Amino acid sequence: MAAGEACEVRRSAGPKAYMSRRYRLSASHRLHTEAYGAEQNRAVYGKCNNPHGHGHNYGVEVTVGGPVDAETGMVCDLGALDAFARTQLIERFDGMNLNTLDEFRELVPTTENFTRVVHRIFQGFRGARVVRVRIEETGNNSFEIGDEYGRG
Amino acid sequence: MILLTRKAEFSSAHYYWNEAWTQTENERVFGRCANKNGHGHNYTLEVTVAGEVDPVSGFVVDLKDLKEILEREVVSVYDHRHLNLEVPEFAAETGRVPTTENIAIAIWRRLEGKIPGAKLHRVRVYEMADLFADYYGER
Repeated sequence: MAAGEACEVRRSAGPKAYMSRRYRLSASHRLHTEAYGAEQNRAVYGKCNNPHGHGHNYGVEVTVGGPVDAETGMVCDLGALDAFARTQLIERFDGMNLNTLDEFRELVPTTENFTRVVHRIFQGFRGARVVRVRIEETGNNSFEIGDEYGRG
Repeated sequence: MILLTRKAEFSSAHYYWNEAWTQTENERVFGRCANKNGHGHNYTLEVTVAGEVDPVSGFVVDLKDLKEILEREVVSVYDHRHLNLEVPEFAAETGRVPTTENIAIAIWRRLEGKIPGAKLHRVRVYEMADLFADYYGER
């Protein structure tokens, strides 16, 4: 079964639920913009502006939403989501220096921007609708982008 | 309005199987979860209720009452049980597979209307730390 196919084929409307999956990846980055001079970069980004970079163990939480399929009991084929995450998230970003990647050539790799990039990537997942992406940079801060959901 | 969340835990066995399918099809769709000898998880349940703060007690809902409701309606039924074999909403004739999504929906249905003074807002069920389902009562 190719990634993303199962849900499209089997979906039959049931109550709407949300499933969230957490992935982990480690990457380095440096917060620095050419729009500022050296002093302003240091003032704005503080120790995150260290020229040699630093890194984090990121926790990436991806939420899919949709009707629970009556036959499988699932919102989405988890294997398809994991396969997508493996090629589109882990293999692209884990163990990398974010500043060296095309995605951040003109974008400061703050976790806000990283979350935007990952959210955009997961809009390409065909197995279910990705309604939210939340990234924990450390245990003390996290960033999320997504729909208002669960209020209906 | 305030949202208030209470956690509870239960440990249960289950397997994934659709009686309408062949063994091959079940194994293709559900993989290792289709092993009919079952496997199990430590589930964490988070129940979030919404309500106004009582001006006298300062509570949205009495947490002790909420704990007892979760114990009576969910934990005593699910904990150390086989979901497919011992919990009526997942019996083979229902055709309902005890996935994390369906467990969240079933728990919502068990709790709906039973929490005095507050409205059920969300049922979240963690199958593992890296996988959880949310249900908000949407149809």
